[in-house]
Amino acid sequence: MAGVVVDDMSIMIGGDAGQGVESSGAGFCLALARAGLHVFALQDYRSQIRGGHNFYQIRLGTRPLYSHSDPVHLLLALTPESVALHVDNIAEGGAVIFPDKFEIDEEPLRKKGISVDALPLVKIAEEHGNRLMANTAALGAAAGVTEFPIEFMEGVIRDNFAKKGPQVIDSNLKVAQAAYEVARQRYGSGFRYKVKAIAGAPQRMLMNGNEAIALGALAGGCRFASAYPMTPATSIFEWFAGAPPEYGMVTKHAEDEIAAVCMAIGASFAGARAMTVTSGGGFSLMVEAMGLAGMAEVPLVIVEAQRGGPSTGLPTRAEQSDLLFVINAGQGEFPRIVTAPGTVEECFEAGWRAFNLAENYQCPVVVMTDAFMASALRTLDMDALDFADVRIDRGAILTSEELDGLTNEYRRFELTESGMSPRALPGHPKGVLTVPSDEHDEAGHITEDSANRIRMMQKRMRKLQAAEREMRPPALYGPEGADVTLLCWGSTFGACREAADQINGAGGSANVLQFSDLWPLPEKAVEEALARCKRAVAVEQNYTSQLAKLLRMTTGVRVDATLNKYDGRPFAPEEIVSALEQEVAGGHKA
Amino acid sequence: MVTRLDPKVFEAEAHNTWCPGCGDFAILKSLKLALADLDIQPHQALVVSGIGCGSKLPDYMTVNGFMTIHGRPLPVATGAKLANPDLHVVVVDGDGDAYGIGGNHFVQTCRRNPDITQVVENNQIYGLTKGQYSPTSDKGFVTTTSPEGAIELAFNPMAVALASGATFIARGFAGEPKHLASLIAQGIKHRGYALIDVLQPCVTFNRVNTYEWYRERIYHLDDSYDPSDREAAWLRAHEWADRIPLGILYRVAGLPTYEDQVPALQDGSPMTRIARLRRDARPERYEPLKDRFL
Repeated sequence: MAGVVVDDMSIMIGGDAGQGVESSGAGFCLALARAGLHVFALQDYRSQIRGGHNFYQIRLGTRPLYSHSDPVHLLLALTPESVALHVDNIAEGGAVIFPDKFEIDEEPLRKKGISVDALPLVKIAEEHGNRLMANTAALGAAAGVTEFPIEFMEGVIRDNFAKKGPQVIDSNLKVAQAAYEVARQRYGSGFRYKVKAIAGAPQRMLMNGNEAIALGALAGGCRFASAYPMTPATSIFEWFAGAPPEYGMVTKHAEDEIAAVCMAIGASFAGARAMTVTSGGGFSLMVEAMGLAGMAEVPLVIVEAQRGGPSTGLPTRAEQSDLLFVINAGQGEFPRIVTAPGTVEECFEAGWRAFNLAENYQCPVVVMTDAFMASALRTLDMDALDFADVRIDRGAILTSEELDGLTNEYRRFELTESGMSPRALPGHPKGVLTVPSDEHDEAGHITEDSANRIRMMQKRMRKLQAAEREMRPPALYGPEGADVTLLCWGSTFGACREAADQINGAGGSANVLQFSDLWPLPEKAVEEALARCKRAVAVEQNYTSQLAKLLRMTTGVRVDATLNKYDGRPFAPEEIVSALEQEVAGGHKA
Repeated sequence: MVTRLDPKVFEAEAHNTWCPGCGDFAILKSLKLALADLDIQPHQALVVSGIGCGSKLPDYMTVNGFMTIHGRPLPVATGAKLANPDLHVVVVDGDGDAYGIGGNHFVQTCRRNPDITQVVENNQIYGLTKGQYSPTSDKGFVTTTSPEGAIELAFNPMAVALASGATFIARGFAGEPKHLASLIAQGIKHRGYALIDVLQPCVTFNRVNTYEWYRERIYHLDDSYDPSDREAAWLRAHEWADRIPLGILYRVAGLPTYEDQVPALQDGSPMTRIARLRRDARPERYEPLKDRFL
């Protein structure tokens, strides 16, 4: 069987937590990216530190990738369980490699034409280094099987072990080379999928949504972040904490999410661009304080990286089940803005844009992602994130000079046509301000006066009307007038987009309507977009079709069908295609 | 009391809703005197409160004020202080706010040591909700929610603060505003977290812990008392039933504040950095960060 260089293939590394699946997977991704390939990598892990199945699903290709894809062509199984769990997701003609002797039932694999082989990875590791280097052996073997040039793996090994000294680097290199040779000899002709480096390809970054949000926020002037660790949001906060000190990022790991959000509110009140990051459980604790930001008109940015609920739910897995909660969270009525980036690039933009929205409308802004968006790695061209695009628009903040020239007494909550009142930051003699969580008059004094209450409610809610004019209508991907329109928000955009491509490539007709500004929903534009759909199918990673409900609530439009998934595992494009083929008969009506 | 600044600058026109005779009046007066004595002007201070009768205090004076939500003024104040360390940040809240719903923030702030002064209006009851027992109510205290008498032991803020690493712990009495003003001023001057627990009679709902009740029990720590002696402070912190010490129970000077130890704060605060950034965005300074993803 002759090998063919493929332009789209998937490789999975599966094993127990603690076996280095994550570091091997990340290392492999980096090597592929450096070789000029596009990469999309899905991490799947459990809420435990040792033991329990983990996997890394790496898709590589010659064009930009927006989703993982099933099935996988090569499975590096570090445990027998990895084979058992993924046996149905291995392509015909694919291969399973595992180290040394595993007791597994090879029959079902051989029936599908999948080659199964044990490579003496542990033995190679022991021979050229030590047992701990079996992961390095696995990387070398993966390169050998696919005939992917070993020098890219070697480069990553050198970087990863740079701090451990030349001896460790040298042993690891030897282990990788030996495993590469063994694998190449064994599979040279037996494995048909080969990976070639792309000569002259541009340099690309490998980044996940959390990193992109952090980078965007920092470039957007965020200099204060307080948070309490919660998967899958934690790595945003860790990235801030590890940012080079010259950027002046102040981070505070708070005692709980209530303190975290309150610290961000305090910092923002004092004049910093401040944010907090959390997941649904932590957001639940922040709800009361979000109302404070709404009432006191303090800009606040919250990233809510959703995970499977309810309660502790599926701590490391993705779900889109907090949308209606976030839009409605808090007692009383106050303006808020909710956005949901659908790609890593959009995460970067969402990171800085959230501050402009928060400061312009002086209200809380929630950026919603999920565990998939937070951790899935994707290659980006260097100019995909452009710092020159970043705008810092602080809204109606009075400068020191403007305050100097003030002739009347400063009133923080002055009634204005737009609803936005000029904001003084504490510290100026003419800008002394009182800000209560109670209803208040223009000067910020507590009052329950009826006429004042009406004026103040109207003033605050006018901001929402102003914000609505700035909200983006859903973005259309694919041909206009398609037979089927996939409606989505957040991370499901990638799978929907690739599903539409697959359908159109096979002679069908599909497009995607991606909603990224979810509240306030630009109603007229949404109505128009929905009116153009021949058959609208809401694809959501939740049980209750929350986007579909939101659309019906705001526009009265009922989608034609819904496709839901709530097992915590992100949609693969193939699942969407196959569900559409089955007429989405089983979907819940919104 | 002759102060460096005329305390009248802190006066406000707002209609005060406290009951006549409420201990909070004296606390308001003492805070104004303390700020005036330290020559801190209204725009240089930030008074953060929670929810409760006493937390309406910022509304009754001219000063930067942030009346937040129940139990949360400490983290709001901490965020403000970290964003702009030049502000003199004072937290004012009641015993329910500080020691009940906000109890964890209280403990964490003690060990954190930000340069924040917290004045707790401790009236041993929930006043604004009309008379339920509070964390500092004595065991057996009868209220609408403890008709048979409170079962729990009273929370001891002095001992908890000491055990949690607070660097300034004092107790004042609303019946002695000049002494209280001096304590608050010393607390503000102290670099680090300062707790001033104030015995504050609630004349409407607490008919047990009255001005007379406190007067019968309080005494002043005199010059022979050494507030840097942690063990002595521990003993005084437990005096309550018959004798209640007033003054500075514990003070340790010269320790770095939380802000002192945040590297990113040493070259400008977040508030000043964003102001700088607005004038000079320089997108190219972020470009090197992309190398981290190659």
